[in-house]
Amino acid sequence: MAQTVQGKGPSHIGIRLSNAAPASHQEEARSQAEEALFGFWVFLMSDLIIFSMLFVTYATMGHSLAGGPGPHELFDLSSAAWETVALLASSFTCGLATLAMRYDRSVKKTLFWFAITLLLGLAFLSLELHDFMTMAAKGGGPSRSGWLSASWALIGTHGLHVTSGCLWMLIMFAQTARFGLDPLVQTRFMRLALFWHFLDIVWIGIFSIVYLLGVLS
Amino acid sequence: MSDHHEAERRQELHGYVIGLILAVVLSALPFGGVMLGLLPKTSLLWLIAIAALCQVIVHFRFFLHIDLSRSHRDDLQLILFSLLIVALMVGGTLWVLSNQRHMMG
Repeated sequence: MAQTVQGKGPSHIGIRLSNAAPASHQEEARSQAEEALFGFWVFLMSDLIIFSMLFVTYATMGHSLAGGPGPHELFDLSSAAWETVALLASSFTCGLATLAMRYDRSVKKTLFWFAITLLLGLAFLSLELHDFMTMAAKGGGPSRSGWLSASWALIGTHGLHVTSGCLWMLIMFAQTARFGLDPLVQTRFMRLALFWHFLDIVWIGIFSIVYLLGVLS
Repeated sequence: MSDHHEAERRQELHGYVIGLILAVVLSALPFGGVMLGLLPKTSLLWLIAIAALCQVIVHFRFFLHIDLSRSHRDDLQLILFSLLIVALMVGGTLWVLSNQRHMMG
């Protein structure tokens, strides 16, 4: 298949209409996609502020154990390491999915990589759920101390974000089945990919500050 | 598929692979350091902080494609402005609450 219309230089969007579409339509779709992605960046940055405040609340609660169990008793570093592996691998496969969508334009390949991403996301969530249940069983529920409330709020908010990312992926599968990879579906997939990569960045903060520093101190 | 197209694709794939390798190394270092306990505590603190900061930059550069090129200038400005707000809020909270702890404790 010959690509007659190409963007000017590499673009981080790379949404392509069918080859038959005139150049002006391509440009229009591109600028609309740019706008949508920029808007999504604004949302991500407001989400970043929420996470920052949860992180700083956690930091100020560092000593408020109220006689309850602390990070040494409650955290399992190997579980956190596997969660990191799952999320990082899913970020990579998410990248491969966007490449399959933008360059190969193959519905099959795109859905395959997004499905792997979803499975890794679910693996992360089940590990995290297991962590939460272990913590609660050891007497480290969210109401036990200020430190535990802050930990549950921070890790739980991230977990809810990952859950909504998984739901979003399922919705996108349905949309792809219904509409194919049309430009609108493509920009939605691009926003989902941004969201997913962003959650991995928040996780870097969680495993460094909550798990590693917690076990260290 | 044209050659130009194919080259662009390969270049992007290359970026994701480099990002993945760097991220794995930058995660393995602090986890390994803490789990094996080979270093003194202060060095581990620095290792965790520096590895995390580097990994955040790696993710932005290789996965989110934010760099200094002109087409990404708007995104970068938005991110830097948000970081300013975050720094003010985080710094202010730490300052006020540590003062409060000090005076009440």
